[in-house]
This record gives sequence, C-alpha cells and structure tokens, in this order.
Amino acid sequence: MDLYRSHVLICGGTGCTSSGAEQLIGEFEAQLAANGLEKEVKIVKTGCFGLCALGPVVVVYPEGAFYSMVKKEDVAEIVTEHLLKGRIVKRLVYSETIEDDSIKSLNEVDFYKKQQRVALRNCGVINPENIEEYIAFDGYKALATAITEMTPQEVINTIKESGLRGRGGGGFPTGLKWEFASKSVNEQKYVCCNADEGDPGAFMDRSILEGDPHSVLEAMAIAGYAIGANQGYIYIRAEYPIAVQRLEIAIKQAKEYGLLGENIFGTDFSFDIGLRLGAGAFVCGEETALMTSIEGHRGEPRPRPPFPAVKGLWGKPTILNNVETYANIPVIINNGVEWFTKIGTEKSKGTKVFALGGKINNTGLVEVPMGTTMREIVEEIGGGVPNGKKFKAAQTGGPSGGCIPASLIDTPIDYDSLISIGSMMGSGGLIVMDEDNCMVDIAKFFLEFTVDESCGKCSPCRIGTKRLLEILDKITKGNGTLEDLDRLELLCNNIKNASLCGLGQTAPNPVLSTLRYFRDEYVAHVVDKKCPAGVCKSLTNFEIIADKCKGCSACARKCPANAITGEIKKPFVIDKEKCIKCGACIETCKFGAIVKR
Amino acid sequence: MKSIAELEAIKKKVLDNVNLRKEREDGIRVVVGMATCGIAAGARPVMTALLEEVSKRNLGNVVVEQTGCIGICRLEPIVEVFVPGEEKVTYVKMSADKVAKIVTEHIVNGNPVVDYTIGKAEN
Repeated sequence: MDLYRSHVLICGGTGCTSSGAEQLIGEFEAQLAANGLEKEVKIVKTGCFGLCALGPVVVVYPEGAFYSMVKKEDVAEIVTEHLLKGRIVKRLVYSETIEDDSIKSLNEVDFYKKQQRVALRNCGVINPENIEEYIAFDGYKALATAITEMTPQEVINTIKESGLRGRGGGGFPTGLKWEFASKSVNEQKYVCCNADEGDPGAFMDRSILEGDPHSVLEAMAIAGYAIGANQGYIYIRAEYPIAVQRLEIAIKQAKEYGLLGENIFGTDFSFDIGLRLGAGAFVCGEETALMTSIEGHRGEPRPRPPFPAVKGLWGKPTILNNVETYANIPVIINNGVEWFTKIGTEKSKGTKVFALGGKINNTGLVEVPMGTTMREIVEEIGGGVPNGKKFKAAQTGGPSGGCIPASLIDTPIDYDSLISIGSMMGSGGLIVMDEDNCMVDIAKFFLEFTVDESCGKCSPCRIGTKRLLEILDKITKGNGTLEDLDRLELLCNNIKNASLCGLGQTAPNPVLSTLRYFRDEYVAHVVDKKCPAGVCKSLTNFEIIADKCKGCSACARKCPANAITGEIKKPFVIDKEKCIKCGACIETCKFGAIVKR
Repeated sequence: MKSIAELEAIKKKVLDNVNLRKEREDGIRVVVGMATCGIAAGARPVMTALLEEVSKRNLGNVVVEQTGCIGICRLEPIVEVFVPGEEKVTYVKMSADKVAKIVTEHIVNGNPVVDYTIGKAEN
C-alpha cells in the first residue's frame, strides 16, 4: 500500500451529502490531479463527524485542520494553499478551532470537548467502505477474541457485567436479553438488528451504519456466537439509501474476508447476515412488528409474552438489539468491563448518542457519557439557542418521549432520571425548543405523527390517539374547555394502560408531559383564548402599533393577502378578516411596529 | 479469515497508513519547505522521495508534512526533522538523492547527517 503524506477526510454522511459533499470529492480529485498530488494526498470518504450544521465538513490530516461549510469553489484554494504549500486556509477553517491565529485540536472545541465517542468511535475516522481500515482500528478483534478464547457464557457474562442497556429506547439490560435467548433450547435461533429508526429528528443509527457498518456486523456475529445462532437479519428502512448501500458493501467485504460465513477464524462457528428493507412504518421499530415484517407480513405487533427470546422470528428464539447497542459490543470486549463501567452513572453505564435538532446552534450528532446534564448538552456542546432566544424545553425520545422544561435543565441524562421526570431516553432524538414554540402545538404535532403511524391493530391506540388529537385541535382553535384538560389526562392514561405495543403505550407521553410542565399554556388556550407563543393561528392576531408605524408601506407590499392598507406616512392597519397570519409583515417591518397578540 | 494472525497482518499493513489520522504527541515529524521558493528550488522531488523512503521502510511513527517559507530561500529546498526531545535538525540544499541517507542514518538510526545540515553548508 502506498503511503500518503496527507489524508483529506470528507464527510459522506447524509447531512453533508445533502449539502454537497459528493461534488467536493470529485472536485478534490480533479484539483489534486491538476497539481500532481494524487500520489501524495489521499481522499477518504468517511461517516458523520457530528457537526452537521457546518456541513460539508472536510478534515485534513496530519494537521487535523477542520474545514467547515466547504464549497466546490473553495477546493482549489485548499489544494494549492494547504496541500501544496502547507498553508492552512484559515478563512475556511471552523472558527472555533482558531485561537490566537493558530489551529487548536478539534478535541478542545466546545462541541467535542465534553463528548466521549464510543459508539461513534470510527465515524469520521475511517472509510466505511473499506474493511481494512476498520480492521486497522481494532475491527473484528473482539469477534476473534470471543470465538477463539471465550465460551458463549463468558461473552454473555461480559455483556451482563458491563451493565449495557438497550439504546433503542426501553433500556432493557442487553446481557440479560442474550442470556434468555441462549437458554431457549432450539436448533435454529436468530440475531436481529433494529435499524428502523423512526423518531422524527433522530439520526444516530443511520450515522453509525453510514460511518461504521462493520461494527454492527461484528457485534451481531458475537451475539450469534453467544446465543447459538448462525443467521442474522438487519431490518433497515429503505429511506436510508446510503446506509443500505454501505451495509451491502460491508457484508460483501466481510464475506470475502471470511469474517462472515462458514467456520469463522477456523472454528466451528458460522454466521451470516441478511438485509431486510422496511417501508418506513414507525410501528416496525417495535420488536414484534419488526419481526412480523421480516417474515413478510404486514408490520403489526403481537402480544408479549411470549417474548422474542423464547418465540421470535418464525417462532424461533431471537434477540433483537438496536444499532447503537451493537456498536458498543466490540469495544466492551476489547477494552474490558472495567473500562466500560467507569463511564456513566451507577445504573446507566456507557455513553449515549443524541441527535441534536430544533432551536440549537450546533445541530448534529453528539455522544456523551450517561449522567451528562441537559444543560451541558444544550448550552456547552450544542452552543445554546440561536438568536438570543431563551431555552424553553427539550423533547427527548421523540413522539414516545416527553419534554424536559427549563426548570429541569440540570437533570442528569440517564434512563431512570428521564423516566422519573415523565420522559424517556428513546432512541436519542433531542429536539430543543425556544420561547417561540407553543407546547400545545408541539403535543399536537407529535400526536399527528402517532395517529398517522398507528397500525390500527388495537383500538386504544387507533381510536384513542385520534380522539386525543381532536381534543388538542379543539384547544388550539380556541374552542377548548377546562374539562377538556381533565378528559385529555384520563384518555392519556387509558391509552397507556390498554394499548398492545410500545407505540400506543408511549404515544400519550408528549401530551402528559406538556400538561405536567406547561399546564399554564393549556389554560391560556382554553380560558384566555390566547396562545402565549403566538403559534396557534386561530388564537393569534397581528396588529400594527400606530405609534411605531412610520407608514412606509413595506408590509402592505409584502402581504400576500392584501390585508394591510393605509396612507403613506400614516399608520397602516391590518384587516383581521383578510389576514392569513403568515407573519410575512413582521419580518418585513424595520421598526418593530407589528406584533402578535 | 482462518486465523487471528491473518487479521493481525491486515491490521499491521493498514495501520501505518491510517495512523496519520490519530492525534499523536510522539513520533518524528519531517517537514519540507514548500513555499514558492522551495517548490522552485525542487522541493517536490524531495518530498516524493521522502514519502517513498518512509513507505518502503514502514516507518509508522514518521509524519511527512509540508510548511511555508522558512525565510532562507537561498538554501532551499529545506527539510527539517523534529525528533521528540531533541533539537530540530535543518537540512538545506536538499535533493532527492540525499533523502535515502537522511532517512537511514538520522530517522532510523538517530545520527543526523551533519554534512547536509545548515551549519555545515554555511561554513
């Protein structure tokens, strides 16, 4: 293999791909060739670096220069200045990494400083389409150790002692799950991977599969050895084309290298993995529905017990873990239980990946030790709320979770603290909301999602969520009553108690938690008929403050409904009948004369 | 894959290459002056020769970097070698055929090639 003096790492995750990373790769190749550097500088397409807000991201080693928001036109400058002459193009480097005119290490930047990358260890470091790079970073070493030096029970004990809990949402101890499946006696067992990431705003599983697919394959093989299975399935949504493609490449390479297939490492152990593409139904993230879908039926859940460890895929004992859970397995075996249990809190070990989104400066992917507080994630790593607005709440766990209000921002994030405040870890979507978000509207948004995604098999979920949404809609339209709030609560509890699967059992969470922490906003909607955040259109009126209006007519010209009239240099007025409450006038007014009431 | 030895062999082969992406404090840095003056004086063949030599000998702890103008353009091409804990050594008026000697004697065996250094060239 030729030695290159410099590596140009270009993010090939979905975020950066959509902001144009693919074109950058072509441009870099062309520019390197034009300057005769193609033998000295290597281009590597990697997985996600995490700072999606600044994409496309390009990192040049050995200097470790972190270029952000790189455009095709900038490539020539990076090549001729940095790669040819060794002068880092400071103009394009992520500003946080420049201090006193010199480049500081990425690990010292606020965004990365508090992070600890375990599941994401190889994302943004290796080329996910090259198995040898994974091997160079200790890849498949854990599998080798497990099947040549450990008994299946020892593997299970290691995972049990590590305290690893399922990263998909429920937080069930992974080792225990494996033990149940290993104790079920059957000649055919299965190992499944849940890559049906369905929460709006969550993209960590996707990023792991895109950035480090082999870590999941390796862990599944280890799981297969532990429980006595020789076949694995990865259930992934077809909406993740890059992840699917990289998994296909990874499986093919692993088979070529004999790391999947017959007699791995010369032992009796054989293991194979197949991909199954889902059509993107939220309910298929539920384990029994997922397996029903793999079997080729309509994705609907079934009652538990029997649990999958006893009777799962095609009626055989099956374990099902989430992508991020698997990504932790090889590191635990390589680094040992003691290393892993030092990270995190007493009952939640290790790290958790969060997809930061919403009203936050550093939109992206972060991985922090369990027990990190919401404040650290939002204010330090996330860079705070943009435009000087105030943090109001964060939604964890997507449509199954709940909100964490500003008053609880110092809550340490682990499975148990989140449940105790009425939310849940979920798969790790973290949506930040500021003072411009109406909490009733947020609850309604998530309910719209669950109503759409309810599979319809059981009536509490199918009918209950629909009725919930109707009441919420009534409230946001200004027709709600105080009795409706009690009715909401009762209905929520009934749905939670009576639904068949996790989807229905958790669907009322956004309503319950907003009711718990923002009841005053609900009351404002039903009693005062006001939406304090000015989001619910039926309860919001736009007005021009006569004293502040200069009569410039800018708003009137912008108004798409011709609802604003007046004489030049005299205060204008808004015709409430015509106003469609789009907010265009507020953005146009230079004098702050238009308000929402 | 029939044995762990095979896995180790692949790891060893690729590691030197990907090592570049790890943040390291140790390791030897070889820096080539690649400003306009350096390039005009022939720094590029020196750089290529360095890479070939380092790659041929599998020197995983050596990073070849380039830098801008050091300020003594008349002595270009200039190559500086930074060994941790030692004073840097500056080689001047470099050419591709001097590279092999520097790599073998200085980088591998730890004995700077005094004849090529700036101190010698100036006398």
